[in-house]
Amino acid sequence: MLYRESGQFSTSYPADRRIFRLYQERWAFYLLLAAAFLLIPWLGNDYWFSAILIPFLVLSLAALGLNLLTGYAGQLSLGSAAFMAVGAFAAYNSHLRIEGLPFLLSLLLGGVVAGLTGVVFGLPSLRIKGFYILVSTLAAQFFVLWVFTTFAWFSNDSSSGVITAPPLVILGHDFSSPQGRYLFTLTVVVALGFLAKSIVGSELGRNWMAVRDMDKAAEVIGIALPKAKLLAFAISSFYLGIAGSLWAFCYLGTVEPHGFDLSRSFQILFIIIIGGMGSILGNFLGAAFIVLLPILLSHIASGLLADTIDAGQLENCQKIIFGGLIIFFLIKEPDGLAKIYQTCKQRLQVWPLRF
Amino acid sequence: MKSTLTKFSKLAIAISIGAALTVNAAHAEGEQYFPLQSYRIGPYAAGGSGFFGGFIDYLQYVNLKDGGVNGVKLTWSECETEYVVEKGVECYERLKQGLNGAPAAATNPLSVGIAYATLDRSTADKLPLITINHGRTDSTDGSVFPYVFPLQLNPYSEVSAIINYIGTQSGGLEKLKGKKIVTLYHGSPYGKETNPILELLAKKYGFKLTLLEVPHPGNEQQSQWLNIRRLKPDWVILRGWGVMNPVALKTAQKTGFPADHIIGNIWSNSEDDAAPAGNAAKGFIAITTHPSGTDFQVLQDIKKYVVDAQKGNLEDPKRFGTVYYNLGVVNGILNVEAVRVAQNKYGKRPLTGEEVRWGFENIKLDDKRLAELGALGLVQPLTLSCADHEGGGAVRFQQWDGSQWHVISDWVQADRELLRPIIEKSSHQYAKEKGITPRDCAKES
Repeated sequence: MLYRESGQFSTSYPADRRIFRLYQERWAFYLLLAAAFLLIPWLGNDYWFSAILIPFLVLSLAALGLNLLTGYAGQLSLGSAAFMAVGAFAAYNSHLRIEGLPFLLSLLLGGVVAGLTGVVFGLPSLRIKGFYILVSTLAAQFFVLWVFTTFAWFSNDSSSGVITAPPLVILGHDFSSPQGRYLFTLTVVVALGFLAKSIVGSELGRNWMAVRDMDKAAEVIGIALPKAKLLAFAISSFYLGIAGSLWAFCYLGTVEPHGFDLSRSFQILFIIIIGGMGSILGNFLGAAFIVLLPILLSHIASGLLADTIDAGQLENCQKIIFGGLIIFFLIKEPDGLAKIYQTCKQRLQVWPLRF
Repeated sequence: MKSTLTKFSKLAIAISIGAALTVNAAHAEGEQYFPLQSYRIGPYAAGGSGFFGGFIDYLQYVNLKDGGVNGVKLTWSECETEYVVEKGVECYERLKQGLNGAPAAATNPLSVGIAYATLDRSTADKLPLITINHGRTDSTDGSVFPYVFPLQLNPYSEVSAIINYIGTQSGGLEKLKGKKIVTLYHGSPYGKETNPILELLAKKYGFKLTLLEVPHPGNEQQSQWLNIRRLKPDWVILRGWGVMNPVALKTAQKTGFPADHIIGNIWSNSEDDAAPAGNAAKGFIAITTHPSGTDFQVLQDIKKYVVDAQKGNLEDPKRFGTVYYNLGVVNGILNVEAVRVAQNKYGKRPLTGEEVRWGFENIKLDDKRLAELGALGLVQPLTLSCADHEGGGAVRFQQWDGSQWHVISDWVQADRELLRPIIEKSSHQYAKEKGITPRDCAKES
């Protein structure tokens, strides 16, 4: 009843191919954006901005990057964190070494360098397929961190190998406050989200999906496999690189190479598995699940049970509950949270009828 | 029926979550709050649970014995970080506002990574960041880092003291020439912090230095120790943390390197580091800023007021008086002393972080004051100032006999005059990068 499709006709191809074809979805999305840009900055506090929303947004963006590669182009990767590290360190160094380079350009440069690195480590994908491509990306994961820890030049000879973020000044405006950093991150994530949505809807996106579903068949119908695969690596790593810079500059304000270790790669992989492969929305749902749920659990635990149970035990209990929830969701819906959302939507379209 | 039940259960869940999230601002007026970014699980749980156990027990003791500091009760709450930087940041942001209206005094993350990540935030929020025995070395220069305190011993002093000790063992610093020293360090910002200063000292004294990294968390060190066997060094400096330490000692035994030529640094010096290595640890030497043991007056009092009253924080009472626990107590003493000093200036009420910062900067612990606190011999004499946020810079050496530590040296002082220009150079570079104008310490009162 509320969510009826009837009566909404597309009269042109552009109208048919819009991101949100139904006016209900369109309006819901506009409302969400308005809330994110206007309401939350007004309502939120430091804790929400710096500890919850910014990492949520950055990890969503990183997952989006990996999803382009894994969910759309079908190339598995365990090197996401390495490409994030490349982005962060490249942005830091270009800001440091090129006098007067605006922050936005350093950010972009970081993404580009990460993209090129992605292409290099994506080259083996032309010869090896499936799970074996994991080995190449795993190599990226270890090699990149080794480079950053071994050569002090990358961290400007800082004795502990930690880089410190420069002040966040864009076009003369200081975005260093938690609110400013949130708004900046949000803008970047929304812009790149739209870009991703249009990439996957474009010819390139359809080529990727063809490669994912059956690369031999894709080759037969005339899709250039090397181009499609390497572009997937490049664009995915570009996204991850931007996410890495945001992680370093907008979230932590400092970063060491080991902040981007293998467990971060796994975290991003889990986000897309839980959120849903081959879905843009899934990245946000997955990131919310992985980032926000443990924090919520810990709030509930410390609020309700703080003095009754030993703090260490309480923490272990939260881990058990969180793990249990992951298993529960994967059994209930192996295709991820995005699929659950789809199902709900379909149900709503016919509600109150059952079919 | 079923759907109404689900609705009710959902409502109940929503209400309980809401109740958990809302802060009840009723009963904590007139208290001073300590936000504790503790860690009790993960690879470094031994350090975290011991340190925060001692810290909490000391705060509890001040409450039970004196009713707080000049009548201002102390309160605290914990947030688990697992030694993970992001979690530490989340905890920092969660706790910094204080608890039920009680303002936060200072943060004590006991993690270099978290300290680095909250350094800017602490400065912006005007909340002291205490990194006892560790931290960012150049934060010793309080004119650039007004809110950061690497109390007692910063990493550079630590290394300098170790080299001085090796020098005396070899019969004078000039005898260091040609000696071979290997440093085995934890692959983290903490582990790497001292590498440049070791290289500098190697150049100055002419010993041959080899730096070997052990990746976090450090439970695999075969190749590093084979390397050490090949190099045949005179001394190995173990700059470990958590599980890395016992593994290092065991692997050393396997490869035939004598334990009494391994010197553990300040985070390789606890019972939890040596005991799990069993026989392999016998003879292992480590530095310490405070002896373990329970003979000190303050520990006896904690036992009387807190532990025996079943209010102690330790799960395993056998850990009472261990190195980590005592470090927690030392940290508690210094934090509370800062609050006390600041109260003398600002009045006997809960203080803001900014006021407590002044307290830290004006801590003056001489033997007389330490005796009053019951901590003579436990805490080294310490005088902090605007320019010097470290204060002490001395360590003692202890040796493990297979079941406990024995102190084997007097206080060994770091060469702080040598280190100060390096620290200032680094802090000034930081100030330049960040656009900070250093405070003029001559004008501070």
